Amino acid sequence: MTEAPKIRIRNLYKIFGATPSRMVPLVQDGLDKAALLERMNHVLGLQDINIDIHAGQVTVIMGLSGSGKSTLIRHLNRLVDPTSGAILVDGQDITTYSHGDLVELRRTKMSMVFQGFGLMPHQTILQNAALPLLVRGLSAAEAEKQARQWLTRVGLEGFETRYPYQLSGGMQQRVGIARALTSNADIMLMDEAFSALDPLIRKDMQDLLLELQKELKKTVVFITHDLDEALRLADHLVILKDGRIVQQGDPQQIVLNPADDYVNDFVRDINRAKVIRVRSVMSQMDPGISYCGDICGEANLERLIAASGGNPAHQYRVIEQGEPVGRIQLLDALKALLPHDAAPRH
Amino acid sequence: MSSYRAVFDFLGLRAWCDEGAAGAVSMSDLLAKMGKDQEGSSLFSLPFPSLDVLNQSCSHLPRTRDLTIGIEKLFLWARSGLKSVLDPVTQPLSWLLDGAIHIATAIPWWLMLPAIVALSWQLTRSLKIAALVLCSLLILGFVDHLDAAMQTLAIIFVCTGTSVLIGVPIGIVMAKSDRLQRFITPLLDLLQTLPTFVYLIPLIFLFSVTESKLYGIAIIAYAIVPVIRLTDLGIRLVDPEVIEAADAFGMTPRQRLLRVELPLATPNIMAGVNQTIMMSLAMVVIASLVSAPGLGILVLRGINNLELGVGVVAGLGIVLLAVILDRTSKAALLRTGGHGAFSRGRQQ
Ligand SMILES: Nc1ncnc2c1ncn2[C@@H]1O[C@H](COP(=O)(O)OP(=O)(O)O)[C@@H](O)[C@H]1O
Ligand SMILES: [Mg+2]
Repeated sequence: MTEAPKIRIRNLYKIFGATPSRMVPLVQDGLDKAALLERMNHVLGLQDINIDIHAGQVTVIMGLSGSGKSTLIRHLNRLVDPTSGAILVDGQDITTYSHGDLVELRRTKMSMVFQGFGLMPHQTILQNAALPLLVRGLSAAEAEKQARQWLTRVGLEGFETRYPYQLSGGMQQRVGIARALTSNADIMLMDEAFSALDPLIRKDMQDLLLELQKELKKTVVFITHDLDEALRLADHLVILKDGRIVQQGDPQQIVLNPADDYVNDFVRDINRAKVIRVRSVMSQMDPGISYCGDICGEANLERLIAASGGNPAHQYRVIEQGEPVGRIQLLDALKALLPHDAAPRH
Repeated sequence: MSSYRAVFDFLGLRAWCDEGAAGAVSMSDLLAKMGKDQEGSSLFSLPFPSLDVLNQSCSHLPRTRDLTIGIEKLFLWARSGLKSVLDPVTQPLSWLLDGAIHIATAIPWWLMLPAIVALSWQLTRSLKIAALVLCSLLILGFVDHLDAAMQTLAIIFVCTGTSVLIGVPIGIVMAKSDRLQRFITPLLDLLQTLPTFVYLIPLIFLFSVTESKLYGIAIIAYAIVPVIRLTDLGIRLVDPEVIEAADAFGMTPRQRLLRVELPLATPNIMAGVNQTIMMSLAMVVIASLVSAPGLGILVLRGINNLELGVGVVAGLGIVLLAVILDRTSKAALLRTGGHGAFSRGRQQ
């Protein structure tokens, strides 16, 4: 990544309790969440978080319930104030912002999508979608014109005059997304945005997000506790446990090389053939080899297995953007299909 | 009886107690002394060491009546100061009440009745309720209680309006601050549990009985409580995620209050207004003791002159008013929650 990150989180700590800042040194000296609660009666929200969030990417933060995901994402628009640490957005430390600066930041740079949708129950779909612009003081006509466009974009044309309770969960969340897009902010924060939806609707919404993302290239911070969802969406994956980052990086690499048992528990049961891409397990080009075909780097291992007809010796050339970038043998793919802790050491 | 003499003797306060009191031994003291000699001091007849009893043993201690006189003196002492502040502040209430009562009785009945029926229809959009209002008013008019009923309605109207005007802002600040809530809640409990007559006593000290604000304040102090409570509750009950969304999109606290919190608290506030109306009605009857006009005066006449019929008819008139006020405000309340979003809740 040559470009500077859109958001940098540096040494962020968040502790809930009566005297949180006095607890930071204790946590730094190794007091863990359970001990802090028992001995000091403070809740450890986040400890020593460092993340670079790049523009135009989807950064997914994953962890079990209570691991601090919501706390972390709410720091980015300061719905929660940090105990210590810095958060740089476009190079500016927002932890030092005044209330007025924050209002400006939230109006222009950040939008948010909520797990329970967070729609205004007393306003129509159109008014809800227009909210970010109305808050900024735009005229109702102008705000509603833009809101209408985004509602159409997320497939809600014709529902403008309805009220939220008249819509299904999936449609309500489309309103939530339209509202976030209407704000025209670069950064979109999504806290378990799809977790309340049925699996099928959920997949539709993921597709919608990916499709919008291809075109709009927002900086998305997406929270989930579901690895399948994380792997579908993530460019960068961050795994939280008890307020601590246990692993972060390229999602494929995390699946292939989980850092510890906690991460391994997450990745053990996924369908690796569907998740792992050829690009992640290919080898260097070797001019001496003859190939029995080309395969796209984006393709998953399932495709490779199908293409090779099950012959483990077949070699394929990996192509990305028209260029050959590596080679892959079905054998490599089969090895990658084994969960980490089942793989023999070599 | 001086059952506790020994205590003061023991504490070495005898000299101080008798000082100055020696000359003025009252008859009752003497009688008490004699009584003591006859009865002896049985533990069974030991009186509770109240102020009055202790005073018999040591005349330097105050009696309970001295204490209540003290309160009266304190009140009289503070009276002019309080009056100079409260008088101008509350004067508009007198004007409003007098004005409203004047208008309510000056408008001819053939204009007033249709206007009230139209208003109730406007608020409720229910023909049934409008018809109920019309019938009730016709009955009241038929037994010559229309003017009194109009006066009562005018007082309730002004007092409810003032309660909302004062109560909603108090409810808002209460919802915003847990500390204020902890401070105000016991005051509201006090206002609601004080016997309704007790309101009148300090007010009579402060204002003259001929001033309308006297009963106005008594009614408002009693009836404002539900508006405050339910505004506080209504704002606190707004879905926290909706509040979070309001903040996340950069609403200022003021925008959040006006665009989100108050609209979503409206059904609860309206429920408070309904209760306030009913409590005003209850209080306006009692307030006729201090010259509030209306149906209450007729009830009072029934009591004072033992005119049973007058009291009963006026009482039934009050019941009619209560029914139409309650039905109208409840139906209006349902209409404020009419988006369904309030009554049916969010779907997940
Ligand atoms: N306002 C708060 N006061 C005290 N503890 C809190 C508060 N908010 C969150 N926590 C605690 O911080 C931890 C992380 O919570 P949260 O960020 O909501 O987790 P997640 O979103 O991953 O489920 C939990 O242990 C939770 O109890
Ligand atoms: Mg959460």
